[in-house]
Amino acid sequence: MKLDAKIPKGELEKKWSNYQANCNLVNTANKKKFDIIVVGSGLAGAGAAATLAELGYKVKCFCYQDSPRRAHSVAAQGGINAAKNYQHDGDSVWRMFYDTLKGGDFRSREANVYRLAELSAPLIDHFTAQGVPFAREYGGVLSNRSFGGVQVQRTFYARGQTGQQLLVAAYSQLSKMVASGGVTMFTREEMLDLVTIDGKARGIVTRDLETGEIKKHSAHAVVLATGGYSRVFRLSTLAIGCNGSAIWSAHKKGALFAGPSFTQIHPTALPQTSESQSKLTLMSESLRNDGRIWVPLKANDSRKAEDIPEEERDYYLERRYPSFGNLCPRDIASRAAKERIDNGHGVGALKNAVYLDFKHAIARLGEDTVKDRYGNLFNMYEKITGINAYKEPMLISPAAHFSMGGLWVDYELMTTVNGLYAIGECNYSDHGANRLGANSLLQASIDGYFILPNTINNYLSTELNKEIPGVDHSEFSKSEKLVKEKIERLMNINGRKTVDEFHRELGAVMWQECAMSRNKLGLENAIEKIKEIKSSFWNEVIVTGSDKELNPELEKALRLSDFIELAELMCLDALERDESCGAHFREEFQTKEGEALRDDEKYSYVSAWEYNEGDYKVHKEKLEFEYIKPTVRSYK
Amino acid sequence: MKVFFKIWRQLNSDTKGQFHDYEVDNISSEMSFLEALDTLNESLVKKGESVIAFDHDCREGICGQCGVFINGRAHGPNDNTTTCQLHMRSFSQGDTIVVEPWRAKAFRVVKDLVVDRSSFDRIIQSGGFMSTKTGTAPEANSILIGKDVADYSMDAAACIGCGACVATCKNSSAALFTSAKITHLNSLPQGSPEQNARVLGMTNQMELEDFGHCSFTGACEIECPEQISISNIARMNHDLLKANLLK
Ligand SMILES: Cc1cc2nc3c(=O)[nH]c(=O)nc-3n(C[C@H](O)[C@H](O)[C@H](O)COP(=O)(O)OP(=O)(O)OC[C@H]3O[C@@H](n4cnc5c(N)ncnc54)[C@H](O)[C@@H]3O)c2cc1C
Ligand code: FES
Repeated sequence: MKLDAKIPKGELEKKWSNYQANCNLVNTANKKKFDIIVVGSGLAGAGAAATLAELGYKVKCFCYQDSPRRAHSVAAQGGINAAKNYQHDGDSVWRMFYDTLKGGDFRSREANVYRLAELSAPLIDHFTAQGVPFAREYGGVLSNRSFGGVQVQRTFYARGQTGQQLLVAAYSQLSKMVASGGVTMFTREEMLDLVTIDGKARGIVTRDLETGEIKKHSAHAVVLATGGYSRVFRLSTLAIGCNGSAIWSAHKKGALFAGPSFTQIHPTALPQTSESQSKLTLMSESLRNDGRIWVPLKANDSRKAEDIPEEERDYYLERRYPSFGNLCPRDIASRAAKERIDNGHGVGALKNAVYLDFKHAIARLGEDTVKDRYGNLFNMYEKITGINAYKEPMLISPAAHFSMGGLWVDYELMTTVNGLYAIGECNYSDHGANRLGANSLLQASIDGYFILPNTINNYLSTELNKEIPGVDHSEFSKSEKLVKEKIERLMNINGRKTVDEFHRELGAVMWQECAMSRNKLGLENAIEKIKEIKSSFWNEVIVTGSDKELNPELEKALRLSDFIELAELMCLDALERDESCGAHFREEFQTKEGEALRDDEKYSYVSAWEYNEGDYKVHKEKLEFEYIKPTVRSYK
Repeated sequence: MKVFFKIWRQLNSDTKGQFHDYEVDNISSEMSFLEALDTLNESLVKKGESVIAFDHDCREGICGQCGVFINGRAHGPNDNTTTCQLHMRSFSQGDTIVVEPWRAKAFRVVKDLVVDRSSFDRIIQSGGFMSTKTGTAPEANSILIGKDVADYSMDAAACIGCGACVATCKNSSAALFTSAKITHLNSLPQGSPEQNARVLGMTNQMELEDFGHCSFTGACEIECPEQISISNIARMNHDLLKANLLK
């Protein structure tokens, strides 16, 4: 299979405008003849559904929560990047493009990344017009802060609730279009299968989570905006319902899956405290702007933080990476924490954490300023841990976070299935092997608001006045039957182990072998273990209740069955890449100082996997760097 | 520790519900309240019984999806918190904990502790937005907004739509929720052109949904996880009066 990324011709700076000037359009009067399905109503999905409806398309939008306002985008705390150069600190579209490409360890496409940076500035204008109460200076202009991996202040924020404010804005736009009849919203309805007919995406099969009814929906095009899949690790910073089911079903129907093993491990989450824990809470990375990270210099030091004098503290990020210090990128900061913890310097009850200390910031800025910048994060920290972080340092630990991998998409955000698009975190596009902080809200938003509503026309224009198959087509019935059989099978196993027990097992294997660092033997063992978990799951799991009602156990079981399969592919992908890059750290490939050793000769490509009844095949999209020469990624 | 739960079970909106008693042993004080419910549910599955349905997603206190009455208080014994941010260290060995769904006419019980809050979505649909289109926005810094105004708007915008305000109100009023959105948008220059239509539309929808009237008891403010102030309600009434006069 030849992977055509459809990168437009011309200079880097002109590619997006060239694309827009040359792609096909759909006449306004014809737009109402098209039905589009958008699965997901996070920033990407809500933005896309609202904009497509504004343009005149008939949109059906789906989410599994009770309201689109609760999509996981709501949880993002830190901020959103934009190259506005309001600070006059040397920022520009070019610099943002460069930072992002370098941050991703040169494993993403130049043209996509440039477009990301280019569309960032108008996006801030757009959100401001929608009423996002971004932080302001006293004179009324917008204020900025910096995030990991960059040396300029380009992050816009709304207190510690940036994601919530952006999502609520997108949800408001969506609500406006629901009221006008342009969007039909389906809440508590989960996509379980994609329907393709003659190689084109034609609809989806869903389960109404309240009644258990299996439903069929057809359309001219299907857009997936279903977010990240890091719940595969069970313990992660993601919301409990986040899943990979929609993209996994699309993968099984022919959409290639790119870079599945690239998972970002976030350095500033709260440490795990017990087995029964259901998730790990993120503390925004923005805390690293003023907080300093350290561990006791002496291994196994059991003194309290306040009893350890300055000279016996190891500010290891500042020591190892003097020019970026506490603001080095996430993959670097997480690995450095793991290294300290593994060598006996970890702190906290389970010795699995490092300190994030505001003592110096409070002395320098005063408690009020610190409160103004991070107050709600400190409150949240106290609610969860019972600790006042104005008085003693926070305890933080790395946690599974963002999925850089996802469905392979071309420059138009179309997958390898015609008429099937993937936007936001569920696609593989702009972040390469590591995402810089505050770039994801940006990507999800521009995918939904600015890019897809343009690129989808190019496809739809070729579908004009063609009759599309309806839900009575045999492919819909086939899909419906498969979904029903799967549910029936799960309900009838009646084994002894709960879904959560299996999920904990899977999570342990994935965290051990396919997270912050990997090696060949570990990955091979993991694949074997995952196969065992899979077969035991299908023989031993117990799902109680009925499938004709709201049944959270069944929802979990369906999601886990897909996670198990996806986990195997993640390990295969990590095994295939004999190099270290970004979040993918293969222990066999490192420098003497323990830094990642990339191999551009052999691995400068996007691995895109084809599903073949469990016998996966890798395709390679070669990455061409025309404008930037990949260099060793140093933050020293 | 060991705790006893008294939990409301109801199959769906068409059937009657009742309290059921449960005893759970291995609860640690570190656990969140929802993790204690997870533990109970896992033990139910082991016994072949169906699990207690409750709403939740982010478990970070921000999505607004969780929310139940615990011992007669919305989101439990602490002020200004969500259910997912409540920890078992707030309870003691041997406690009996009574858990019920939000109760309001406008919030239908879907199952057990899960209620239908789509009435909130319909309130937003009747004016809780700016009528701006993608592609027409002016440069962001051309709209100057002083820090105090931006902060005032942000204080109101922080509402997570959990419904605790309605559930705790003796009249089941949605005034705090609706007024928070109105303040968020009306106080910004971008939102002012539509402020009259917005307040009329949203308050009208609030009534259509069968929410009660606000009698300024102030319980909502105490239970609101985001500490949304009832002064927003005063502002909403002011905006409404103005809009009615100018109609
Ligand atoms: C705790 C946390 C903090 C973060 N902080 C930042 C930050 O400060 N800055 C930043 O840039 N990024 C941040 N991120 C990342 C960023 O928030 C996400 O990557 C981004 O919001 C994803 O948006 P999305 O629209 O792609 O997906 P989501 O917002 O996750 O939306 C997914 C949607 O799909 C729906 N869905 C999923 N599966 C199905 C299905 N099978 N059927 C039907 N519907 C389905 C869901 O209901 C939901 O509506 C953070 C992430 C986390 C977890
Ligand atoms: S689960 Fe999201 S607020 Fe509690």
